[in-house]
Amino acid sequence: MTHFQLSVNGRQEQVSADDPEMPLLYALRNDLSLHGPRFGCGLGQCGACTVIIDGEAARSCITPISSVGEGKITTLEGLGTPEHPSPVQAAFIEEQAVQCGYCINGMIMQATAFLSKTKNPTEGEIREALASNLCRCGTHVRIVRAVQRAAREI
Amino acid sequence: MFETLTTRRDFLRTGTGLVVSFALAPAVFGAAEASISKVNPKPTDLDHVDSFLAVGTDGTVTVYSGKVDLGTGVKTALSQMVADELDIGFQQVILITGDTMTTPDQGPTYGSSSIEMGGFEIRKAAATARKALLDMAAQKLHVEPASLTVSGGRISSGNRTVTYAELVGGKSFSIGVDSNAAFKAPSALTLIGTSVKRVDIPDKCTGAFTYMQDVRREGMLHARVIRPPAMGAELVGFDDAEAKSVPSFLATVRQSNFLAVVSSTEWGAIKATAAVRANWSGWEGLPEQAKLFDAVRATKSIKEDITSSVGDVQAALKTAATHLDATYDFAAHTHGSIGPSCAVAEIVDGKLTCWTASQSTHALRLQLATMLAIPPENVRCIYMDGAGCYGRNGHEDAASDAALISSKVGGKPVRVQWMRADEHVWDPKGPPTLLDMKGGLDGNGEIVAWSSSLFTPATMGTNVPLLTGMLANSPSTGGIVPGGVTADLAIPYDIANVHTVAHRLESTPFRPAWIRSPGRMQNTFANESFLDELLASASLDPMSYRLEHINDPRGEELLTRLAKLSGWDERPSPRKSTGDVCQGRGLAYVHYDLTRAWVGVVAEVEVVRSKGTIRVLRLFAVQDCGQIINPDGVRNQIEGNLVQTTSRTLMEEVTFDRSTVTSTDWASYPIITFPDVPEIVVELIDRPEEKSFGSGEPSAAVVPAAISNAVFDATGARIRSVPMTPAKVWAAIGDH
Repeated sequence: MTHFQLSVNGRQEQVSADDPEMPLLYALRNDLSLHGPRFGCGLGQCGACTVIIDGEAARSCITPISSVGEGKITTLEGLGTPEHPSPVQAAFIEEQAVQCGYCINGMIMQATAFLSKTKNPTEGEIREALASNLCRCGTHVRIVRAVQRAAREI
Repeated sequence: MFETLTTRRDFLRTGTGLVVSFALAPAVFGAAEASISKVNPKPTDLDHVDSFLAVGTDGTVTVYSGKVDLGTGVKTALSQMVADELDIGFQQVILITGDTMTTPDQGPTYGSSSIEMGGFEIRKAAATARKALLDMAAQKLHVEPASLTVSGGRISSGNRTVTYAELVGGKSFSIGVDSNAAFKAPSALTLIGTSVKRVDIPDKCTGAFTYMQDVRREGMLHARVIRPPAMGAELVGFDDAEAKSVPSFLATVRQSNFLAVVSSTEWGAIKATAAVRANWSGWEGLPEQAKLFDAVRATKSIKEDITSSVGDVQAALKTAATHLDATYDFAAHTHGSIGPSCAVAEIVDGKLTCWTASQSTHALRLQLATMLAIPPENVRCIYMDGAGCYGRNGHEDAASDAALISSKVGGKPVRVQWMRADEHVWDPKGPPTLLDMKGGLDGNGEIVAWSSSLFTPATMGTNVPLLTGMLANSPSTGGIVPGGVTADLAIPYDIANVHTVAHRLESTPFRPAWIRSPGRMQNTFANESFLDELLASASLDPMSYRLEHINDPRGEELLTRLAKLSGWDERPSPRKSTGDVCQGRGLAYVHYDLTRAWVGVVAEVEVVRSKGTIRVLRLFAVQDCGQIINPDGVRNQIEGNLVQTTSRTLMEEVTFDRSTVTSTDWASYPIITFPDVPEIVVELIDRPEEKSFGSGEPSAAVVPAAISNAVFDATGARIRSVPMTPAKVWAAIGDH
């Protein structure tokens, strides 16, 4: 067993794992009970597991726990709560930009990282920023509207 | 039967000796309500009010719905219906869904039936309850029921008030559902017809929502199933020596060709699975992909379903001035849920509890009981929201995986999370579908003959068989059940001679199941495309012909509004453009099942002739689904249908070799991404006085034909095959 010190949502957490290659996703979901990041493919293809590490969107399903080091991890829970959502979360709620919602963690995390660097994005830039995040319900047009709304309100 | 069970530790023999440690104790879901024996019996038949709702002592109303929310928003819509019918606040409704112990069996959540049928039944119960409450209040207040007013669950006569909670809080109604109970008049409704915001979205946007994949039980183990590398392979043997070196490894479970690994940690289960060396026999029972539709055509038809017959088609085809033949095909598709299927099962005192995202918990309960040879009353299935399934995906199979594995490890709670390839390869598929079309026009350009022959799997059974049971050779209630695949083979147009027949095939390459808009999507693709072929041969405008031949006022209004919404350019197709990059518009229309919702779509596309690429620029949709419960919810469903089916139409296809499915992930089975999603414009026709029809499916049915017709309009090339890949489009354009 190896002990890993993780900085998650502003707190120091310790997680034990017998394999340093274990993806961060399993530590977040099973050891820290953070269910925002979701298992979608385990291949880095869909984006459902996205977290933000030091300001960059990262696919936690292919990020070995041992590679995170002192990186500051933010999950969906770290952005806000139902009572106090972040601007991006609030925009998704306002636009009702969810169907099953399984991909929405990835959409919100990717959009949050994107908007932290890109002010006043065009619709085309938003679509490109989310191009590697898959949604199966077909909620895309609402998600784009939500990111546009968040961009205006940040 | 139970062939092999190897364990590394003795935890199975000691039964309770297992210690599972976590860095932090994970949230344990539903510990209190989990046990079968701890729930007070309540009726769950369809005849009693108490089956559907109960008034609490605090004035809340708990509603029990057999229909579940598959991410479509019906939880919100059903709550609106009950709150409005009962005159209570929306926040006073608590909705329990898909728990076989407490909810009535209202049939599976499929076929756009949640509002149309499930909601109707619940609304009848609410209307019955409201009347009963008024009668009780009248008696208590010594006034006539008609003199009472109701608001927020408070019944008043002048300044005297009695609440629902005071009348029946914590007690049963003990009355039957009155099928004649009148719904409130549309003018009296305050919630139905409004876009109440969905109850689940704030939690889903903040990580507070509990999905199926988030369910945790005390002492829960993790399992992964090792699937055969060839779909029909036999397990000759296995060696799990290396798996045992994974520290959290607990057991390898085998029954016949079902092989699984159990571990105390999830990652351990994944690693140990990869370390098991299984020896499988060879199997090459799938057809050659390049000759798939030859194989479909060559499959024995065991039944002919004639879905419509008018006049004498053979005679009319013989005498027709113009005669067209065409064959349409539609590839096998996967549901493509973003979250692979997942379930948790545990067995206590011989009683199985299974948490599942199944769209059909009541049927699953019987299937699990059959598989494990235990009485159905000893099985409880509890619905938890999963990723969208769009039909019968792998949720039920994950449930049976978990149940079987739990039965092999002393009933301990077992969580099975399918991996990406499990879902892509092993979910039941939308079957490959073939349609032969024939049509004839007279000398005046009037269509006088229409004939279609559909080649689609027969229905032989009541449920899609559980994959677990198939691999484990367990008893099964399953058979070939592809869903309502013959629906909308018949057409909504007034043509003098029509014959439509479905050849029901005795087999199909992959375990079939319904995928959103089953049959209607494939049949409408052929119908609405071939209709445009006939119209083009007579130089007729597609919109005008349909308007003149549907003889259905609601359909006519819909098309008229669609023409206006889309700025329909009245002229025959094709447009006769010549550039390399050309644009076109196409129309498709369906009257769902010929008895339900009406929907039409106009697609605007751009085609690059030299590359064969199609870009869908815009989709205009108009839908009439009767009385709309939640307009924004309906729009969300229509938008989703249009985007998902655009993806299916342009790029989706299950690929395979002779042994197995080779489209195992999102790289080998790509779906549409943000840059390619079309602009969408939706118009709803609300008819508060009419019956509500479901919206989860109908608008999917029209997309493939609208795109095919638009590509034809742009290029003069007819694409008769889904997916409309650049290679197919380029080849078709080359012919023109």
